[in-house]
Amino acid sequence: MRTEDLIKALDADARSKAMPLRSAWWMATAVAAVIAVVVFWFTIGPRSDIMIAMHTMRFLSKFVFTIVLAGTAFALIHALSTPGASTGKAAAWMAAAPLLVLVAVVLELFAVPEAQWGTRLVGSNMMICMGFIPLIGIGPLAIFLWMLRYGAPTRPVLAGAVAGLLAGGLAATFYAAHCVDDSPLFVATWYTVAIIILTALGALGGRLFVRW
Amino acid sequence: MTGKDEAELSRLLKAAIAGDERAYADFLHRTAALVRGFARRKIVQGGVDPEDVVQETLLAIHVKRHTWRDDAPVLPWVYAIARFKLIDAFRRRGRRVEIEIDEIAETFAEPETETVSERDINRVLDSLPPAQRSVVSAVSVEGRSIGETAAKFGITETAVRVSLHRGLAAIARRFGRE
Repeated sequence: MRTEDLIKALDADARSKAMPLRSAWWMATAVAAVIAVVVFWFTIGPRSDIMIAMHTMRFLSKFVFTIVLAGTAFALIHALSTPGASTGKAAAWMAAAPLLVLVAVVLELFAVPEAQWGTRLVGSNMMICMGFIPLIGIGPLAIFLWMLRYGAPTRPVLAGAVAGLLAGGLAATFYAAHCVDDSPLFVATWYTVAIIILTALGALGGRLFVRW
Repeated sequence: MTGKDEAELSRLLKAAIAGDERAYADFLHRTAALVRGFARRKIVQGGVDPEDVVQETLLAIHVKRHTWRDDAPVLPWVYAIARFKLIDAFRRRGRRVEIEIDEIAETFAEPETETVSERDINRVLDSLPPAQRSVVSAVSVEGRSIGETAAKFGITETAVRVSLHRGLAAIARRFGRE
């Protein structure tokens, strides 16, 4: 087939429509959030003292970290799935969540006597944390990988990893409402491990499934 | 030169997405010439036929045109897709290739014409389900209109459009998977 002939066929298909990528990302993220909330609600659910916890800085700070992570990852993944879009600024913003966590860790080290650092870090349910963040995030991750196929990422592995970070931020936001370990020392350690698991899965998914 | 090309292609693609077929044909012809120039410059040793890269890029542009935002420049978008497809073509043939990012400015096309030889796309076309294959062939190789194709096979125009769309999407996917 000559290129000339191919153009005839593409032109005849000019009227076919697809949802613009930006709207599709918003919709996919809304669906992913619904899946995450359903899995969260029917497995672990919020902690029983959540009304009291909401008045503490440590509890609220967890949501700042996770929502900032999800928000920055959302902006970056949109840029990564658009060919030719500049990603530098969005990539730089990805440093925001880790920096906030770092600041919180330093403050915590000043606020808490050294003897308690160990117990704060280990917490009471790190295995649940490392199990449930990936469990809540796996459905959203699948949706985000599917969205990457709908888009056109020229760096599929990187885009897949960012899909994992987005799924991780989303899942950790819900998990934070369950978890009774509010110390930044705990969050910086175990949430990070859990989110890295999703990130690695995302990169692998990007490598294997995101072809176009 | 860049600015003029950019403005013109952007205008054509906008019109095309709004449903203007003539603007789309114009956009595709100009883009094919740009990508052909780009591919010929990048492929210095044999092994990859530039025209295969042109065709894969046009198909990808077609099935991914919803990823272009009409307030974003169109040339970086076109070249990013072309570069991705070029690297893909090398990868499929077991080669590694490094492509510099900032060469967009100098790849302005002399009107280059295609060379004719056996194409990757024919092999992929042959692997489509018969209904899609015959519709895609009728519209492309035989140059029939949607209406003529519908009459030829005794099906509705809508059915022709659906088969054409699915056939093109399947060809693009097949290229992506290999």
